[in-house]
Amino acid sequence: MQIKQISIFLENTSGRLAEVTKVLANAKVNIRAISIADTADFGILRLIVDKVDEAMAALTKAGLTARTTDVLAVEITDEPGSLARVMELFQATKVNIEYLYASLEGSPGKAVVIFKVEDIQHGLHIVQEHGLSVLEKF
Amino acid sequence: MIFNPEYEAMDPVVREKLQFARLKNLVEKVYQDVPFYKKKMDDAGVSPKDITSLADISKLPFTTKDDLRETFPYGLLACPQAEIEEIHMSSGTTGVPVVDAYTRKDVEVWEEAMARTLAGAGATRNDTVQNCYGYGLFTGGLGVHYGAKRLGANIIPMSSGNTQKQLMVMQAFGSTILTCTPSYALYMAEEAAESGIDIKAMKLRAGCFGAEPWSENMRKEIEANYGIDAYDIYGLTEITGPGVAFECEVKDGLHINEDFFYPEIIDPNTGKVLPYGEKGELVFTTLVKEGTPLIRYRTRDVTFLRRENCSCGRTTIKMNRLFGRTDDMLIIRGVNVFPSQIEHALIEIEGTDPHYLIIVDRGPSHLDEVELQVEVKKELFGDETKSLESLRTKIENVMKSKLGIALRVKLVEPKTIERSIGKAKRVIDRRTL
Repeated sequence: MQIKQISIFLENTSGRLAEVTKVLANAKVNIRAISIADTADFGILRLIVDKVDEAMAALTKAGLTARTTDVLAVEITDEPGSLARVMELFQATKVNIEYLYASLEGSPGKAVVIFKVEDIQHGLHIVQEHGLSVLEKF
Repeated sequence: MIFNPEYEAMDPVVREKLQFARLKNLVEKVYQDVPFYKKKMDDAGVSPKDITSLADISKLPFTTKDDLRETFPYGLLACPQAEIEEIHMSSGTTGVPVVDAYTRKDVEVWEEAMARTLAGAGATRNDTVQNCYGYGLFTGGLGVHYGAKRLGANIIPMSSGNTQKQLMVMQAFGSTILTCTPSYALYMAEEAAESGIDIKAMKLRAGCFGAEPWSENMRKEIEANYGIDAYDIYGLTEITGPGVAFECEVKDGLHINEDFFYPEIIDPNTGKVLPYGEKGELVFTTLVKEGTPLIRYRTRDVTFLRRENCSCGRTTIKMNRLFGRTDDMLIIRGVNVFPSQIEHALIEIEGTDPHYLIIVDRGPSHLDEVELQVEVKKELFGDETKSLESLRTKIENVMKSKLGIALRVKLVEPKTIERSIGKAKRVIDRRTL
């Protein structure tokens, strides 16, 4: 199953990120993965959280522009070459990656990588077909 | 040097008689030949025979920019079309432009007005005028061109832009008079400094700067950077173009060529004529115009008139430097921009809200820089930076084609642009003028 990622539009102004994290803290939302895409003027903060609905409600209430996007959370072994193998698979099966980042989640000896792929259904099908472990909940 | 002492240093009493004769002639002519004016005067209950003194001009109805747009292209023509020798149009604005049509005589008046203007800056036939105002529909380029020719000076028709070439030409031909916008003058001085060119060592000795508002501080800076005298000139497309008013060597107020362009200052709210020295909206009547004469044209520029003895010997009335506008028009690098145009352009871009803020500043380059802040709507907001980047580029391209100026778009978060209950504040002008 795919999971929901929250994307938040942020102007590049000081204190903006602090504000967002405070909103989430007040809503008792735990951030499990985080990444920022930035340009000169604005950034997009991408988050994987434990309580998506609560987080979205709190962010919207705070007047932030946020939306959810479906992503894949793939669990891999925490050792050299694991990510390379996934990449090789994705390349061979034409799963196009738009971006990826790592998560704090995962059991001991494991790592979780969040993938935003062009075609989520195809991506999901490939990872399941090849027996990769996909997280459904954080 | 006074180009035409007979008219510029005329006894004011004699000039008033001349102005009245010209006004009377003009009013009779437009009443007879231009249905637009006849209707306007009939509606106002005034006829040419009511004009029995110069002061009676206040009985005549005003002409506005909207009138000019509504009568586009030839609705105000007061002469046979075959007599038209040249057409100019207002710079930059979208929608319906404002037309100025010139007969041979109108061009001659313009030449004379501009020759007087250049002479006000000390130019003579021995000078080489480097003209960096844009040539084309914009009146700046050709206006200076005609004036310099009339003066008998050597004119270099550079037009705007291409700064390195400007500097090369300035050096090679020993240009002595520079004509351009004041912000471009400062920009060029910086380019020269960066290229290691000693602009002060050149032969330049004076400059006529206009087409945008500027300040005493900018004058000091231009004069210091170039080692020249910098003169303010004023004009607008509707009223012939540059040459309406200009500074003399005293550099204190602009002499209006009032034998051609009759000025009044009015209260913009009541339309009442204000006495000399009182600040209000500048209004012009083109006393000798044949092509597209204007009766009491409201410029929207705010200033006051000064009737005083100038040590230069000219007896023409002076207008003070401009204080601003009665509408929200911005002049960006010489191009007229109304915030409503930006709003209309935004509405046409799918998904954008007309929530915007225009911030105008003069950056380190001394050129006007415009930042347009646009709120990102939820629908516009993608998860990826590329969709937002492409939206930004799209808005920039649309603005460039609609407004004729390049501005920088900054996407901002929804509801971050201040909402106001009354008239929205759309413009922050940080330029110090």
